[in-house]
Amino acid sequence: MKSAVIVFPGSNCDRDMAVVLEQVSGRKPLMVWHREAELPDSLDLVAVPGGFSYGDYLRSGAMAARSPVMRAVVEAAGRGVSILGVCNGFQILTEAGLLPGALMRNAGLHFVCRDVPLRVENSQTAFTCRYDAGEEILIPVAHHDGNYQADPDTLDRLEGEGRIAFRYAGACNGSARDIAGIVGEAGNVLGMMPHPERMVEPAHGGADGRRLFEGLLEAIG
Amino acid sequence: MKTRVYVTLKKGVLDPQGKAIHHALEGLGFAGVNEVRAGKLIELDLDPGVGEAEVEAMCRKLLANIVIENFRIEREAPTEEGA
Repeated sequence: MKSAVIVFPGSNCDRDMAVVLEQVSGRKPLMVWHREAELPDSLDLVAVPGGFSYGDYLRSGAMAARSPVMRAVVEAAGRGVSILGVCNGFQILTEAGLLPGALMRNAGLHFVCRDVPLRVENSQTAFTCRYDAGEEILIPVAHHDGNYQADPDTLDRLEGEGRIAFRYAGACNGSARDIAGIVGEAGNVLGMMPHPERMVEPAHGGADGRRLFEGLLEAIG
Repeated sequence: MKTRVYVTLKKGVLDPQGKAIHHALEGLGFAGVNEVRAGKLIELDLDPGVGEAEVEAMCRKLLANIVIENFRIEREAPTEEGA
């Protein structure tokens, strides 16, 4: 699995993402700066990591979504390359139009930073194939703008097409229908607020996040 | 030319920030506030040649997220010497 991690000014989970990708795939991911207009050749996976790109100016993810590298990421997604956006990465993918909806300020206005139980809703995606449908897993969240919102038609479509990958198993941030992560129409783009890369070995308090990366390796090689 | 872009949350979109401001106003003893909605004001200083359609494109492409926000453009009437 040849992967790349995009680095924006203000990214802060890029290193964690790179560590788990190397552990699982045995290959060091390429770190790609936001000013690059092209991605390295023959990538299997692009990870858009968490953090506070551009200081969350205007809206979380808004500036990053318009950076040169994101045009290349949108193009790669169109070619079928797997794209994983975590936390700020999820916000960036919605702002870039790769995923529907928007991530708004948490309903309670508080920054939520804790381990949360998630329910795996669809285990048929490349990202979730190592989980069982309906399984509860524990993954940490750390965000201020994780309140997923979309119009009712979009939400119904996401439900109907099995595009809700993860749901919070309990209230977290006010997200519509407790949505924690969704996949794009073609199934090769996943955006999620919780951080699977922060739960990959027992010392983290659990390793439920690791299976997402192992599943990806299995599904895309 | 000064142009103001007002970005506001669409009707029906929950505004936790507006709610918090509302509560704070009530806490300060201000009565009669029915609802508070918070938005953004973005001021642009534009060349006279920049047309309305272009400002609207700026709003759609970047300044507002039209999934959740509306925008309103207010252009300042050109002054005598600036016209």
